[in-house]
Amino acid sequence: MTSPERLRGAAAPKSHNARTIAALTTNPGCSRRAVMDAAGIDKERLAAYVGFPARFGQSQFAITRGNVFEAQLKADGCAELLRLLREVLGLPIPQVSYDDLESVDQLDARADRSRELLTRAAGGESGTLFDHPLLRLEVGGRWVYLEPDLIALQFGGTFYVVEIKSFAVIDGQADGTKVSAAATQAAVYVLALRRLLAEAGHDPGLVSHEVVLVCPENFSNRPVATLVDVRKKLSVLERQLARMARIDPILESLSPDLTFDLRPDSSGVPQRPVAELVDGLGQIDARYSPECLANCELAFFCRHEARGTTASLGKSVREELGGVPSVDLALSLASGAVAPADDQEEAAAMLRFAAQLRSECLS
Amino acid sequence: MSALTALARVSAVSSGVAQRIATVRHVHLSDRPLVFIPLALAGEANAPLAALVGSSFDSPQLLVVLQPRNRDERFAFAARLAAVFLSYVDSFRGETETVPAGRNTDPRERYVDAPQILVPNGGGVGFVRLLGRSTRFRRTEGEYAVEPSVPLLGRWLTFFAERAEYPGSSLLLNMTGALGMHWATGQSAVEDANLAALVGWIDPPDGMTGADAALEAEDPLTWPPAGPATDPTFDNEILAPAIEAGSLSRLESALRRQLEPTWELMWRGVSLLRNLPPGARVERRWAEDRDAFTGYASYVDEGGYPQARRDGAVAAAQRLARLERAQVLYDAQRAYDDPLILAEYRLTGEAFAGTVTASAPDRIDDSGKRRVLRPRVTVSSSDPVRFEPGVSVVSPARPSQTGRVVSVSPLPSGFEVVLELSGGMGRGLTAPPGSVPEVGERLTYTTLTESYQAPAAFPAREETPWTHGGPPVEYVPDDDDAVEEWS
Amino acid sequence: MSSVLPAVLSDLTSGSHRGVVVDSPPGAGKSTLVVNATAAMVSNGHLPLMIVAQTNEQVDDLIVRLVAALPAGVGVGRLSAQGYVAPSRIASHAQVTVGSKVADLGPVLIVIGTAAKWATLSEGTWPWAIVDEAYQMRSDMLLRIANRFDRALFVGDPGQLDPFSVVESERWTGLTWDPMQSAVAVLLRHNPDLPVHRLPVSWRLPCSAAPVVSQAFYPFSGFTSGTGEGDRRLGLSGAGAGGPLDAAVEMAADTGWALYELPARHTLRTDAEAAEACASLARRVLERGAVAYSEQARDGAPVTASRIAIGAAHRDQVAAIRSYLGDLDITVDTANRLQGREYDVTIVLHPLSGRRDATAFHLESGRLCVLTSRHRHACIVVARAGIPDLLDAHPSTEPVHLNVPVKFPDGWEANQAVMAHLDGHRVALS
Repeated sequence: MTSPERLRGAAAPKSHNARTIAALTTNPGCSRRAVMDAAGIDKERLAAYVGFPARFGQSQFAITRGNVFEAQLKADGCAELLRLLREVLGLPIPQVSYDDLESVDQLDARADRSRELLTRAAGGESGTLFDHPLLRLEVGGRWVYLEPDLIALQFGGTFYVVEIKSFAVIDGQADGTKVSAAATQAAVYVLALRRLLAEAGHDPGLVSHEVVLVCPENFSNRPVATLVDVRKKLSVLERQLARMARIDPILESLSPDLTFDLRPDSSGVPQRPVAELVDGLGQIDARYSPECLANCELAFFCRHEARGTTASLGKSVREELGGVPSVDLALSLASGAVAPADDQEEAAAMLRFAAQLRSECLS
Repeated sequence: MSALTALARVSAVSSGVAQRIATVRHVHLSDRPLVFIPLALAGEANAPLAALVGSSFDSPQLLVVLQPRNRDERFAFAARLAAVFLSYVDSFRGETETVPAGRNTDPRERYVDAPQILVPNGGGVGFVRLLGRSTRFRRTEGEYAVEPSVPLLGRWLTFFAERAEYPGSSLLLNMTGALGMHWATGQSAVEDANLAALVGWIDPPDGMTGADAALEAEDPLTWPPAGPATDPTFDNEILAPAIEAGSLSRLESALRRQLEPTWELMWRGVSLLRNLPPGARVERRWAEDRDAFTGYASYVDEGGYPQARRDGAVAAAQRLARLERAQVLYDAQRAYDDPLILAEYRLTGEAFAGTVTASAPDRIDDSGKRRVLRPRVTVSSSDPVRFEPGVSVVSPARPSQTGRVVSVSPLPSGFEVVLELSGGMGRGLTAPPGSVPEVGERLTYTTLTESYQAPAAFPAREETPWTHGGPPVEYVPDDDDAVEEWS
Repeated sequence: MSSVLPAVLSDLTSGSHRGVVVDSPPGAGKSTLVVNATAAMVSNGHLPLMIVAQTNEQVDDLIVRLVAALPAGVGVGRLSAQGYVAPSRIASHAQVTVGSKVADLGPVLIVIGTAAKWATLSEGTWPWAIVDEAYQMRSDMLLRIANRFDRALFVGDPGQLDPFSVVESERWTGLTWDPMQSAVAVLLRHNPDLPVHRLPVSWRLPCSAAPVVSQAFYPFSGFTSGTGEGDRRLGLSGAGAGGPLDAAVEMAADTGWALYELPARHTLRTDAEAAEACASLARRVLERGAVAYSEQARDGAPVTASRIAIGAAHRDQVAAIRSYLGDLDITVDTANRLQGREYDVTIVLHPLSGRRDATAFHLESGRLCVLTSRHRHACIVVARAGIPDLLDAHPSTEPVHLNVPVKFPDGWEANQAVMAHLDGHRVALS
């Protein structure tokens, strides 16, 4: 049995944000990722150090575009944003006060101040826009601060989470993957906001399950707001967060000496040899699939490790091969070079037939 | 993904090179395709950054936008692209042929050839669609006027993008998709989306395995992305300073270096595909493409409106029906053309191959009002036959003849299937020689059919029922369309 | 249901709505409602009436029931495709005329046919219509027939399988008239004020099943069982040999549910062991001389082969299961084809059995709903161990489309709910 602290070593825990929490739902069956995230290990640094850096670069053009769009919406006390909210929510919202909480310096103070303002608003009638409130959510037994980006509108006692994204909505349609990711992130905020209200004795149902997604419309900078129902995302998140608290069985199976401490030496290079870290990673099962390449910092490491497995060729490949785990075994069964074990007979028969068909057609 | 393709993928891993999953080519390949590799600025919905375009390997034309966020420059780009694109399209509007009247059609003229656009990947098709969307409604006079070629380009791009959704069409192909239909690599479908990696598996350089080549292909310095998205590091380190400097020559050389490797890959892809013999029904589908091209060209000539932003209720249902019919036909045609595709159906029990062991070519069915010729054949097969009696099957070798399954009985290894045949034997009560399979003949039978299906009837647009919102307002392009921001 | 019909008819004939929707959970008397509504419309003179069903079998079943319920002089016209041969149960009725054109049907005031057949008509208008199994019908099919009627009653089960297509349909997502929606969905999106009634009681599902199915698949509307504790009983008159097959059959007889759990293994979907288990369980139900005691047969009716069905997700699984049944005439079919059917005992090959990963197809709530709601007495689910883990490991990455109403229940959640219930009814093979 080891502990998250020991696994992480001297480094400060890598803090979660809505995006990383949302990522918990992209491959919840992966123990390696679950342990790394629970321990707050910097996966990006670890992956780079063991020779398989992640490739999640962001173009400055995209960043600029996002910032410009957000600034435009928030200009003049969120004037443009308010206009949109009135429209999409069909609310009168005559006057709205605006609280920018980013100005509060300390994290704790900011969280406290956010809680104070938000709970006070829960009973209120008049509208308030909260910019950058700081929320907290318990993730795997640790409190995680959820930072900026968030705008919450409270009107008539109901809270709406507003998510600003810079991908375009064209003729009412947007990239479904991007909308899905935005919806999951917004659901994290909804969840945190609901828990905050519940702790203060309010009805968590005051936070709407519909979030307002604000994106540029068509090919312009003009914003358009769309309501997105995040109920499914909420139920998945709640379930995965509950499961995160149960990583103890995985930790139990790990050696007490295991650590991914990346403490650098005087020259800034981590002290521990690469081979030792690679060996350590190997002690925790991964559930690699090609989709990880788009979602996880460790994906290239895991892909390398998964060479020769049928799963590395895609979930459907493994499935079509009857669950046979390795490339070599699949080929040996197909050629008849290896006699199938009892539980492989059906897969072997199918593979032999498939191999016969291929050779018949390609000869 | 079928089990045969899955097996081909594991074979590719062990042999180090991609494996064929088709014995013939299922797409039409033009003698003179227009290769189009667009790049877009990151973060924007559809801001053209550059494109390499041309119909021969030796003469690519580079189009570059100096300030991609500038509206006027975007339309200038569109106008320059239109010059290349429209003259290419027009070059096919020469010779026509007369198509005789069909079951529901009048005789018509059809161009003997049609343009073919090749883009690197699915993103390229998306770019064509969006560029078409952002240009086809523009006005050529008044405020925000653009070059007359710009809205025309928009309509044609939209035509090609919509055609790309049509199963079996080859008017707009994406290279990764076209190659992926014919080869299985030793990597995943996700990784196949990288054109360089895919070509690396299919045709690895000497001394390298496909896996080596694919790994190398993932380095954006050697193999820049095939677009429309660019490499973020390129954006930050090279593109941004070049745009900042406002130097066209610097920008051009930077973008040319990003695009040229893909240009080479595209033409390598073309020759890889050309080396495959075309399937027998490819020409038939290309004729449909030529029909579509001819029809749209005359629609544009007659001053028809640009395509609507979204399909109306009737248009959507009609399009869905067309696409579904095309899909069923395309599936059947590929299986008929290619024993390896047909084998996928044999593996799942939707087709079987066997040898004729008995044949009664003179059998007459006199149970009905009229005596009819209904020969029976017995086929013995080692495939896992999963047909129930009563099912109709066809053999690609005798497509005009239908067999009804009379019985399926297990043999020590495999099955014996008795089929009752109709069609393809003339009108008499004696089957002409050769029209009934003979003992010893090896045949494959499948439920896939390419038989004619009458198109479904739909209400007229102005008769859209109340269940679907009632008759829509007539669409007339208005000034809003023309002034729509593109910034 | 008697309480629902008058309200439904009053809404339909009030003149203030062109349509009325009746949602019917499994076995809630949907067909009875259609028959009674027809009879009421005949006696009130709300004629001519067109009736639309989705398959030829549904049309023929409905005709048999209509003929029994309608006054002798009322003729029914059966609109059919050319080449349709009326089964004897239809052909034997003098009241029924069959024809491929309306003109061939004679002066009938009730015309019934499949949606596909109705769609071939380009003229004619009926003042009244009933659309049966409206959730199985695709929006584009409704578009093709909607001009044939003025007012319509739409009846169907919202928990059934969604319509599907073999082609990519993303270009239409978000449109209110997206042709891939169900007929009811498109109708209500354009006419949100139409009255929607619900049949609140399932007369098919026993009280052991109604709460489970209701909670998992109808979380918002809900329904109850029309029968109570003790109204239904499955007796086993023959002795068992004491193995796991018997344990499962006994568990199902006692509690209405059993999970026959095979050891965890990733398999081909035609998992021979699971297919054989399905067949053996069906056979064992017969061998044990199961007798169904219910409000319909207080003294018990033997559960014969025709009262047992086996359901699976894929056609090749169906074929595999059939191959183990020999000459036994037990229905084995896919969820699609079991929609609307009813048996005493069902055996279900769980769609996720033996899988390493779930897909949207295998998670679809309608599929599991159809499979677990066909029985009057007991349902035995056959599955490889490990489904709860598979569900927990399932990535939540399906694309989200703008302006598309969220469909409930979510398949993932519904599957979790059903597995949680089955956990208490497990017979595990070691």
